[in-house]
Amino acid sequence: MLDDVDRRILRQYQAAPDASVAEIAERCALTAASCWRRLEKLESNGVILGHEAVVDWQALGFAVEVSLRITLDKTQTTAFDEFIAKARNVAEVLEIQTFLGKVDVRLSVIARDMAHYQEVYRAHILTLPHIADIEALMHIARIKSDEALPI
Amino acid sequence: MIELDKTDHIIVRALMRDARVTSKALGEKLGLSQPATWRRIKRLKDSGVISGRRLRLDREKLGLGVTVFLGVKLATKRRVSLEDFERAVSAIPEVLSVEHVLGLYDYRLKVVATDIPDFERVLRRRIMTLPGAGEVEANVLLSEERRPGPI
Repeated sequence: MLDDVDRRILRQYQAAPDASVAEIAERCALTAASCWRRLEKLESNGVILGHEAVVDWQALGFAVEVSLRITLDKTQTTAFDEFIAKARNVAEVLEIQTFLGKVDVRLSVIARDMAHYQEVYRAHILTLPHIADIEALMHIARIKSDEALPI
Repeated sequence: MIELDKTDHIIVRALMRDARVTSKALGEKLGLSQPATWRRIKRLKDSGVISGRRLRLDREKLGLGVTVFLGVKLATKRRVSLEDFERAVSAIPEVLSVEHVLGLYDYRLKVVATDIPDFERVLRRRIMTLPGAGEVEANVLLSEERRPGPI
């Protein structure tokens, strides 16, 4: 479905999401019009889902980030749905991921400091339904975070 | 640290959904003038709260059907080996993100591949051969959702 030119455009666009269509076209050695047509098509068929602003939570004073790896009590058939529905209500949860493997669900949780984290953890995380086990990984540093796909 | 009011929060949320929304369109929704909205957006960018923009792409439509999170433990933890490991792992195109964590594992990696056999190739040839890599745990991503966060 995608040809080499589409991939070239996506690679350039992914590396410079702020660039204008004219700039992308130039980097891909295309005319602006044909680059624009291809981008339109990539959006209309859903390859490009959108553009999102990246928020730096540290700049907003959220210094603590913890990855919670959760095992659910799967004897309850509704465990996943009920857990996720409730986890969505916790404002400090940034990401909810489900897995096939040792871990069932992972929550990415942020907090202002350790005291705030403890409060969120006790009042809002431990009270989520069907938790069998929780392991926490504390973030120290992001080494690579551009999320650029190998296109 | 920058203080945000309610209007800033709405702007940040809107930009997280669509970074391309114009200050004019956003201003109209908020009942603000275009220049006032533009100034607020500029302030958010200058203060680093909005640190950039990201293209959201459909991984499956790009032929990347498998996303796996890896927990990696280092076999040795000298300073040199951390740096070697970080440099080498960041250079792997299939590795989208690398986080240094504290807990059960030393690093958390997000890896994409076309399918499970392709993932196995990446794991065996690229990850297991990294300098200092020890125990590895893999969890295959089934679903993922990002939440707006505490604003």
